[in-house]
Order: sequence, then C-alpha cells, then structure tokens
Amino acid sequence: MALQYDIVIVGGGGAGLRAAIAIGETNPKLKIALVSKVFPMRSHTVAAEGGAAAVIKDNDSFNDHCLDTIGGGEWMCDQDAVELFVNEAPKELIQMEHWGCPWSRELDGTVAVRPFGGMKIERTWFAADKTGFHLLHTLFQTSLKYNNVIRHDEWFATKILVENGRCQGVTAIEMRSGIMKVIAAKSVIMCTGGAGRVFPFTTNGAIKTGDGMAMAYRAGIPLKDMEFIQYHPTGLPGTGILITEAARGEGGILVNKEGYRYLQDYDLGMPLDIEDPKHPVNKSMELGPRDRLSQAFIKEREKEKTITGPFGDVVHLDIRHLGKKKIDKKLPFVRELTKNYIGIDPVYEPIPVRPVVHYMMGGIDTTIDCRTILPGLFAAGECACVSINGANRLGSNSLTEILVYGARAGNAAAVFANEHSEINLEALEKQGADEYKRITRDFLQKDGGSERIATLRKEIHQVMEQSVGIFRSESGLKEACNKIEELKDRFSSILIEDKSLNFNTELTSALELENMIDVAESIIFSALSRRESRGSHQRTDFLNRDDENFLRHSLAYRTETESRIEYQDVAITKWPPGERVYGKEE
Amino acid sequence: MATRRTCLWKRGVKVSETFEMEIFRYYPDKDNEPFIKSYEVPFRDDWVVLDAINYIKDEIDGTLSYRWSCRMGVCGSCGMMVNSVPKLTCSAFLKDYPSRKIRVEPLQGFPVERDLIFDMDDFMNKLTEVKPYLLRKEGEEKPLEEGEYLQSPAELAHYKQYTLCINCMLCYAACPIYALDSNFVGPAAIALAQRYNLDSRDQGRNQRQEVIASHEGIWECTFVGECSVVCPKDVDPAAAIQRAKVSSTLDWFKEKMIPRSKG
Amino acid sequence: MTTYRKPVSNTWWLESKPYFLFVIREFTSLFVAGYCLFLLLFIAKAGDSQEAYATLILSLKSPTSMVFHLISFTFILYHAITWFNLTPKIMVFHLGEERIPNALIAGAVYLSWGVVSLIISWLILGS
Repeated sequence: MALQYDIVIVGGGGAGLRAAIAIGETNPKLKIALVSKVFPMRSHTVAAEGGAAAVIKDNDSFNDHCLDTIGGGEWMCDQDAVELFVNEAPKELIQMEHWGCPWSRELDGTVAVRPFGGMKIERTWFAADKTGFHLLHTLFQTSLKYNNVIRHDEWFATKILVENGRCQGVTAIEMRSGIMKVIAAKSVIMCTGGAGRVFPFTTNGAIKTGDGMAMAYRAGIPLKDMEFIQYHPTGLPGTGILITEAARGEGGILVNKEGYRYLQDYDLGMPLDIEDPKHPVNKSMELGPRDRLSQAFIKEREKEKTITGPFGDVVHLDIRHLGKKKIDKKLPFVRELTKNYIGIDPVYEPIPVRPVVHYMMGGIDTTIDCRTILPGLFAAGECACVSINGANRLGSNSLTEILVYGARAGNAAAVFANEHSEINLEALEKQGADEYKRITRDFLQKDGGSERIATLRKEIHQVMEQSVGIFRSESGLKEACNKIEELKDRFSSILIEDKSLNFNTELTSALELENMIDVAESIIFSALSRRESRGSHQRTDFLNRDDENFLRHSLAYRTETESRIEYQDVAITKWPPGERVYGKEE
Repeated sequence: MATRRTCLWKRGVKVSETFEMEIFRYYPDKDNEPFIKSYEVPFRDDWVVLDAINYIKDEIDGTLSYRWSCRMGVCGSCGMMVNSVPKLTCSAFLKDYPSRKIRVEPLQGFPVERDLIFDMDDFMNKLTEVKPYLLRKEGEEKPLEEGEYLQSPAELAHYKQYTLCINCMLCYAACPIYALDSNFVGPAAIALAQRYNLDSRDQGRNQRQEVIASHEGIWECTFVGECSVVCPKDVDPAAAIQRAKVSSTLDWFKEKMIPRSKG
Repeated sequence: MTTYRKPVSNTWWLESKPYFLFVIREFTSLFVAGYCLFLLLFIAKAGDSQEAYATLILSLKSPTSMVFHLISFTFILYHAITWFNLTPKIMVFHLGEERIPNALIAGAVYLSWGVVSLIISWLILGS
C-alpha cells in the first residue's frame, strides 16, 4: 500500500531539514515525509567547516556580496537569484541563531564574522570551524519540534513518480526491511546533495552519489551547468579531508617547496608580510577564489615547484604564525584532523595540501522559486542549480544557500500542495510495482553477473579525474564519452552477491553506482560542449572566456544514448559581465 | 609539546603482508544466530579500520553491511566495537593494533539489525523526549527583525562542549547501565539536554526536567564514567549528567527549604 | 523484522577493567554504609556509662575491628578519590572564556582535605 503525504522531501541534510521546518512553521496541517538514505544528522552538511556568508556588519553591503558572488562565478550566476539570496541571507542566519546555533561571538555578544576567499568584505558567520556540523544539528534538533514532519530514516529513494504530467511522489526502499514503498504526495522536494563521489579524490562523504540529480535526469528534467566542478585548493593528501578556507581567512599562507608564496605569480595580488596587521588582505593572494587557487597549484606542479610525497604532490599551508591559542579557538577541527589523519600538528608544522573535488555548482535546473520543469517537483541545495554559484562558487555561500533556498523550496512546495489535491493512487501503485520488478529483475534475482561494483566505480573515478579534472580537452572528453558508454553497457552485467532484503547495502551501492554513471555522463557531455574556459571549467584547447557564445547555462537532457545539451541565457540584472579582479583595485 | 601520531606524511606508507580481520555477521532473514567471519586484508599503516572493512566489501565480500559516510570523524555513522571497545572506525588506525588481531562487532547494547548495523530508533525517540531545541517563554521570543540574541564568548563557553556531540552512540555502547536497562535516557541525550539548559538564550529547563530528573534520567546513572572515556569529541557526557544531578538536587532543596521560591 | 540482542552475561563486570573498578566501588559502598552505621552507634554509645564506653573502646582494639577499620579506610579512600577527581567536572568555573583547569580545582580539593586531616590529627593526637 502506498504511503500518502502532502509533501515528500527527499534528503535530510541542511536544505531538506530547512524545507521541512519552513512547512512545519507555516502549514502545520500539511503532512510532510522526510525521506533520507541516512539519519539526517549523518548528511554531508555535517562536514562543512568554514562558515556561512550574510551581510550583517556596517562596513558591508548587499551590493558587495552580490558582486563578489557574481564575479566569483565568472558571470554565470543568475543575478535575480543572487540578489534574492543576498537579501534573504541575513534573516536566515539570524533565524539559525534563534534556533540555537552556537555562532562564534564578538566580545559585545553580537555574531562574529571572518574573511573568506573571494569576498571583498569579511562576512562569513562561523561556529569555530564546524559550522556545517552545528547548522545541521541545530536544524535536525529543531525539526524534532514539528509533529507534522514524519521522518523515514534510511529509506533509499529510487524513482520520481510522474503521473498526468505532474510529480506525484517517489518510490523508496525501506532499507531495514528491503521493502519497496510508494510514497505519494502532492509535491516533492529534492534535497539530495551533490555527487563528489564520482571523483576518486574528494572531500565528499560516501553518500554523495548524486542520487537526486540522477533521478531527475532520468525523469526528463535537465541538469544545469554540470561541467562546473569545484576543486577546493586545500585537501589533505591521501584521504582528501577538507582543510577549511577559514585557515587562510584567519591568516594562513600557501607556499611551494621553496617556501615561496607562489600565488603572487598568478595574478592574485602581492603578498603582505604575515606580521603586517593588514594581512590577510581580502580578495587577494590566499583569499582569492577557489578555482584560481586550484589552477595555480597545477601550474606550480608543472613548474616542478610542488613538494613530492607518498600521496601525490602537495604545497604547504602554513598557519604556525597564528599561534596555538588562536588555532585552538578558531580552527580546532583543522588541528584535530591534521593530527589524527596525517600526524602533523599545525601549531608546529605546515600542513601538506592539494586541490580536491569539493562541490558541484551544477544540478537540477530550477527557477528562482525552486521549481523544476516538472510541475510538483522542486529542488534546493547542492543537488539543484538555481543558480547563484555560476562557474565557481564562493566559499561560505553554500551553507547560506541551503537555508535560503531550502526554506523557499519548502514554501513553494506547500503552496503547490495546497493547490493540487488529486493523486492517482492506483496509477502510482502500478508504477511502484513496475519499479519493484525492475529492482528485483536487474539486481536481486539476477543470476550471474560478472562486474564488481568496486571495479566499475574505480573506472568511473579514473575517467573523471583524467578527463574532467581541473584542466580539460576535447580529446580527453571524447574518450570519456566512449568510456561512459562502455560503463553503462557493463553495468547491465553487474554482480550482486547479496540477494537478501534486510539492509542490503550491496543493492544500494549498485543503485548509487547507476546514479553516478548518469551524473558522470551529464558532466562529461556538458564539459565537451562548452568550448571556452570559464571559472572552474578550464579547457586547454579553448583558453579564453567566450561571452558571445557561452554566457549561457548548459542544460543536459537524457536521451537513449547520451546527453543532449541545450543552452539557456543567464539572467543579468545589474552587473554586466566584466573582468574578475583579485589582489588589486576593482 | 603535545603527543603526536608518528608522522605518516613524512615517513610514507608501509604495507606489510596481510592480517586476519574478524567480522561479526548476522542475517535476520536467514539465521537466528550471528557468526564471526574472517577475512584476509592487507595491513597498511595509513589505513583505518573502516578502510579495511571497505576493502572487504569492495574486493572480497559484497554482502557485508555497515554504515559509513564522511570518514573524517564528524558524521557519526561508523561506530563499531573494535576488539570490544567502542570506536569510530574511521579514526581507529590499523597500526594502533600491532598484535594484528582485530575483531569488529556492532556497537553493544543495541539490537542488531544486520551485520554491523544496529537499531537506533530508541535513541532517536529519547532525543525527541529531551526537547533538544531552544525554548523561550511565551512572549519572550525576539522577532527576527530585531536581530540576534546577544551572547558573550564567555556565555558561549559555558555550553559549547556539549554542542559537540555527533550522536555516534559510542557512549551508549560503553554504558553498562544502558545495556542492562534500555529505559535509561542515556549519556548523549542527557548531555544534549544539558547543552540547551546551559545556553544563555534558553528558558526551557523546566520543560526538560520531567524526563531528565526522572528515575530513567540522571538518577539511573551510577557514574561508571566510561561514556566520557570513549567519546571521540570530548563531550564528557558523564560530567554533564553529574552536573545535572547537582542542579536537580539543589532544585529539590530550594523547593523543600524555601517553599515560596517556586512561585 | 527480527533483531539480535547480545545477552548481557552475569560476568560482564569482569570483562573490562573500568567495569570491574566500577562494580568494586559499588560493592564497597556496603563498607562505607557499614562504617557510617558504626559511627552512629559509636556516638550513641558515647553517652553511656564510663564502663560501657571503656568496653567499647577496648573492643575497637580487637584484631577483627582493626581489620574492619583498615578495609573500610581503604574503601572510603577509594570513594573519596573518585569523588574528589569528579569535583572539577561538576563544579565548572569559567574566567571569561577560559575554563578554570580541572587540576587546579581538584588540587584545591585535595589540599583542603589534607589541611582538614592535619587539623583533626592535631586535635586528636596533639591535645
């Protein structure tokens, strides 16, 4: 029997929880299902470290936050979405404060802010360097207040159900029992996060396999700007564990093997002495944007100026001059992580770091109201592309984004649910039965099969790192297209040893792999079509930005064999495309 | 200078032979009894226990089920018993088990659902019961337009430690009281209630007391103290519980000695 | 769905050192309580006739009594140390943002213990 709700939210991270609370507050009569493949507090919002941006201090302005964001995104951001985001941001972060988020404070008791990469004015609110953790737990704990939010923890959503041209629910496997359920609803919100796990070296947790993106893609909804993949410049070698940008916001520096602050060679300004009270200078050197810093690393490696180590080449992030007291107060997690995972205490030694896949600017194409082209389906957070992040997201915008657009998606979905009551249960159950048949036929009852999940996953990783890394080329991308075809083909003979029902994580791994292949396909085809270099998308065969042809969002549609790429104009309201300026007067 | 791990980064990775890893297995739909299965796994000194378990799942036996995600000690998914001690397996390095005997079991004290996966429903319900959210008295909520509640760094320091709980459940697994009587509200849930009680912005302590000061709450605790020993985030739930005992006792005295103080 | 619950064995407290120490501490409460009873009894008897009091004092010097006192003393010491070490965790003081170190508070407790013991010893032995 189908479960019936007014609204289903898929994904229990920051965006999903914020959406649930928004509906809980404004529409206490609507019954909400929060479906997540993990317990909400395990969601990857938990790992965000540095902070969340919003204009609150007197020296700051909405205009500056907009311009930093738009320039940082190399004019690929929809400016109406950015304006809305910037205007709503302070309210959302104050709301988090009222819900108990332990923001770090100034002596007078007001919320403290810190500088972050690519931001002209310091405007990043932070809770030490565990901001995502505190936001997620505050949201999760607050969500427990609302009786109309019914959680389905550890339910794995597999398919968006479309009936009569409208999204009317999802199918999901209750992992505990292995039973597939139809969850019918008048509107559905996707908040499933990104897909960093299609890459081998990523800050993302194991759960970030692009499930929502792939489900939407298979339902005929376009994925927007998928070629824009953010590499964070400072990940720990080996594990890819994130060392927050806040380390540089607090004054940390990046040096090559000669101890030289190499960023000055990459049009990011000139360094001030670390003892200079004006260091670090906003929007300059170590506080440049992530795309440019990660690209600088690759160039530095080509010059053989990086340091060779057992887990690949690195540069040094040096925060020793901050001193133990400041490190323990403002960057305790950095110290904990480096001590635990590489045996280095940053109070006494520089931290080895290298660029690491961190965030997907692209995602499910939505309007400013979080609507997708499928009526009744909404999306928010990293899985969506609204788009405020353009070709390169600025650090500390994503935590704010999940709040602003999470709440907005919740409200929009509530309005839609109130206006559309009819649900075709019979048809949905039929679709559910078909989906169940597909899962049993292709996985649970399938005999034979020879391809190990881990083998295919490794091969995706290889092809993604080689072809859609920091620098890309036509030939590499074309090879990748063929490889994806091959992997799709081989996926049909996947080996599933576990035929049982209860917590069959081999089955869910296979479903995640299927999602990863689809997302990888959309990334590769989008990257192949964008014949220019912009933000995080750098082509070695098209070195320049081409506003005439490519100041447009790419939309990847699923076809039988590959992605069909279409383009959509970027919304420009007040800020005409210009040069990105770092380390000098704008 | 603080004690530090041997610096992996500088020394490079040592891979030496293999070792036998014993894993607890349980299929609820096939057998009633769990069993231990051994796997041969490379002994890499840059690996944590979770890496070895992932190796088994990827390369040897796809049927093994367990929870994990962030592999950086913050999502709280991968808690397991490693040689009978509750550990986050993403932070337990193989090289810290030089005897090369490692047995992994699900966190103890909980019903096991499958292999290394235990039932967490009980904790989720208890968490809801202790009202772990900011409560203000009616009419004392500050409108959003008026900005944040002011809170000095000193006031923040009063409760900060108790905000660091990642709900990994190691403290419950370490608590013999919880194993003997699962009605006990337990360390993490009480520490979280205490987190809000000590927050200068909160006014909801009275609403939490009913559950916290009950027999199943703080008074069930007999101060074994192991919850704080195994806590990977130094939350010190044992101290949170003992502090709650002191303030509840003071409440009682106030009520008995100064009857009017209640009103 | 069926779940498996590992039965708690009767010897669970022998399986780890901290559990063992905890159970011993619980067990020793009997002696602590016993000694309290003894003290109450002693105070009650103190008001009795000179002879009865003398007999009581004499009986206290018996080997059984000495052994009982020695054991009780050890166990009370164990309790005292447990709670003294716990004190700084319960009595949390902040000086601004900085928490007053545990060692300082515990140290103060031990110091006062020492001073009080000295005064009492002086009162008893010195006078």
